[in-house]
Amino acid sequence: MNAPLTSPSRRMFLATGGAVVVTFALRPLSSLAQGTPQAQPKLPGSLDKAPYLDAWIGIGGDGAVTVFAGKAELGQGIKTALIQCAAEELDIDPKAITIVTADTERTANEGYTAGSHSMQDSGTAVLHAAAQVRGILIGLAATRLNLPPDQLQAKTGAVVANDGRSVVYKDLVTGEALHQIATAQSPLKNVKSFKIIGTPMHRVDIPGKVTGAPMYVQDMRPEGMLHARVVRPPNYGAELVAVDIAAVEKLPGVIKIVRDGSFLAVAAQGEFQAIEAMNVLASVAQWRKIAALPEQSTIHQFLGRLPSQDEVIANKGAPSLQGAHLLRATYTRPYLSHGSIGPSCALALWKGDKLTVWTHSQGVYPLRNTLANMLHLKPEQVHCIHTEGSGCYGHNAADDAAADAALIARAVPGRPIRVQWMREQEHGWEPFGPAMASNVSGAIDDQGRIVAWTYDVWSNTHSTRPGGPAGNLLAAQYLAQPFQPPPPSEIPMPEGGGDRNAIPIYTIPNERVVDHFIPQMPLRVSALRALGAYLNVFAIESFMDELAAAAKIDPVEFRLKHLDDPRARDVVTKAAQEFGWTKGKRPRGEGHGFAFARYKNLAAYCAVAVEASVERESGAVRLGRVVAAVDSGQAVNPDGIRNQIEGAIVQSASWTLYEEVTFDRSEITSLDWSRYPIMRFPQVPESVAVHVIDRPGEKFLGTGEAGQGPTAAAIANAIADATGARLRDLPLSTQRIKQAIGV
Amino acid sequence: MTVLNVNGKQHEVDADPRTPLLYVLRNDLALNAAKFGCGLGQCGACTVLVDHNPVFSCVTPIAALEGRYIRTVEDLGTIDKPGPIQRAFIEEQAAQCGYCIPGMMMRAQALLEKNAAPSDAQIREAMAPNLCRCGTQMRILRAVQRAAKLMTVELNEPREMKG
Repeated sequence: MNAPLTSPSRRMFLATGGAVVVTFALRPLSSLAQGTPQAQPKLPGSLDKAPYLDAWIGIGGDGAVTVFAGKAELGQGIKTALIQCAAEELDIDPKAITIVTADTERTANEGYTAGSHSMQDSGTAVLHAAAQVRGILIGLAATRLNLPPDQLQAKTGAVVANDGRSVVYKDLVTGEALHQIATAQSPLKNVKSFKIIGTPMHRVDIPGKVTGAPMYVQDMRPEGMLHARVVRPPNYGAELVAVDIAAVEKLPGVIKIVRDGSFLAVAAQGEFQAIEAMNVLASVAQWRKIAALPEQSTIHQFLGRLPSQDEVIANKGAPSLQGAHLLRATYTRPYLSHGSIGPSCALALWKGDKLTVWTHSQGVYPLRNTLANMLHLKPEQVHCIHTEGSGCYGHNAADDAAADAALIARAVPGRPIRVQWMREQEHGWEPFGPAMASNVSGAIDDQGRIVAWTYDVWSNTHSTRPGGPAGNLLAAQYLAQPFQPPPPSEIPMPEGGGDRNAIPIYTIPNERVVDHFIPQMPLRVSALRALGAYLNVFAIESFMDELAAAAKIDPVEFRLKHLDDPRARDVVTKAAQEFGWTKGKRPRGEGHGFAFARYKNLAAYCAVAVEASVERESGAVRLGRVVAAVDSGQAVNPDGIRNQIEGAIVQSASWTLYEEVTFDRSEITSLDWSRYPIMRFPQVPESVAVHVIDRPGEKFLGTGEAGQGPTAAAIANAIADATGARLRDLPLSTQRIKQAIGV
Repeated sequence: MTVLNVNGKQHEVDADPRTPLLYVLRNDLALNAAKFGCGLGQCGACTVLVDHNPVFSCVTPIAALEGRYIRTVEDLGTIDKPGPIQRAFIEEQAAQCGYCIPGMMMRAQALLEKNAAPSDAQIREAMAPNLCRCGTQMRILRAVQRAAKLMTVELNEPREMKG
């Protein structure tokens, strides 16, 4: 029985070890001794950070083509889209390409896989690198065949001459042929000739995922591995006063109890043994609670009373609200959980003076630096390898699990340590998406034009990601020599954090938008898909409907009246047409809702139309047809874009209708799926149709987060249409709906 | 020793009889498909079939399973020869992170073994115990419909004589 057990894990170790890439390919340009530094033109995408072509594209002596990318597969299908980019420009079969992602010893440092940036950063880099490699290959073939390059073309893995001769790529690449610094210009193909980009391609990772292949970090099982579990404190900041470990050490399978200050963990032979030992340890651990939490029911008032750093992020015309109609409203969102289906997991191995960590972190390089800081190592002594986990949708506990594994591995050198969090740990300790509030006011004139607009948004930070000092790793805060969390900061505009999408995209002559950044965090928070854009788009797009109603103009028409960007207009028009948007009254209890945003006001355009019915007695919302239109720039894998937007719609509908982290004055109480319910199959929409507007030749705009805000507002607008009641506090729960309609 | 019949093979398992089946499948038998999601029977990531019924393997101790017929995704087909449900999920591209998908496939298998042509409403009802956080539900619903058709086609195909 042992042989088949060990083979997948050995294979995994082999696959992740034995790097063949020369590390100097990864060194940034600035660190190279290249004579006098000169102002370099900006290179496309992440080539600017890692300019050597062989940091991105490898062609082996056996002809194997490998793409190396610093962005990670999170379930968004990035591996497939990047392969498509490379295959198109290299003119090879996508099936012939292997991809290596996010590994601190094999790929470029592309920071975090976040912010819907992967196609812009990595996709652009791979596209250009592949085109430049094709140019080099044609040049080499020209010399080899003694022909001018214009008589040669790349064709399915070979350079082919007009006279019929051809040389396969592997015979052209010798030595360091590809170890060249990229140029600012690339010999990109004419987009009209694209055969792979823009054509739906089956995801490369799905066959393994549906057949039980060891695809996830959770599935790793290397020789000698121990299972570990961490005993977390009863609440934020609690101190471990005493723990009798003797009794636990005797339990079956237990190898090691690790205690460092208030960090407490156990490593055991078997997984169930580790869990049982964790439970016994938890029962004998004595803690001193220190911190208290604010009252949940008044959390927005509480946050509003905390000191804030205020910044005017838009100020145009006179900030007065002179007009025929003046409206004001306040919108709020609660704390939200990432709620990954698989709790966070990591493997770590401490061998000699080196730590290797397999992690589903969104940023292997930032994590490496922060782990090194926590363990007093040099970053080069830490090797972080991205290995897929359950979907994360932002900064969940992935990095914290990696820190746990590293601390336990240090105490048990030579043994691979696998840590998986329990469900209640994930729900209780992950950094949540922050609670937020915004105030908006707007004035419309007699022609139904918005003449003035003010918007104020209050939020904690939307990033406490690792990268710097170790205090952003949960375990590091609890060590005997604890690390303090570094002071939080706002993500600057134009992308923004709490103020992401706070500036309306609509043409308004007088506007003033203020970001109130609140540094103090009563609950642990960080990045959740779309960051502040989820509340800001919900607020702005709900308010647009309120203004449209006051102006007695159809909401879609009202939006178009204030939209100049032709691509924005196209997306709005497409969604409305495909939905069959019509003016006029619907039967009571049935509503249509519409909303639109351009993510960060600089990325993908997305419009969503929703059909909803509201059951008066229960307040239950039933979602009917949902139709979306999206413009993500040049579409690489149109089905990948559809999949992402469909997912965004369902996930955002779940946030919007049902979700809220709950807590008492001491601790988080929404610790499982019964106390943090999310959408189940009987509640998902009747249908979801996503229409992709392809823009060949335009920049990649990313897709992942574009649907979150518009979906929320479209649902609220549909409920308002169905009931006449405007709900401005998320979630739009049955209780709030009943209250609003007076049941 | 507990003797378990998993995917048609007998396995002698040296584990505490209270051990939930999930850990034995994954760690003792190296069957990776069933996943740990909650350990509470709330999310369905660990769903396997026991005597053709969907069961949360994360809360089912192996002591209760001797002599029972346990099936996992690994029994539905292989990466080179995927079975109808697996083909349907691939053809519909019904996965994002994919972590919940094996549990979804086993619950769908149980449904389709009892009802070869379920309605959309019946599928939604049957799949209710299983959670997907990526929001892939619309594709999963289509994949189950497609799997039903693929299975029917397969049943009607002429078969080679086995002997």
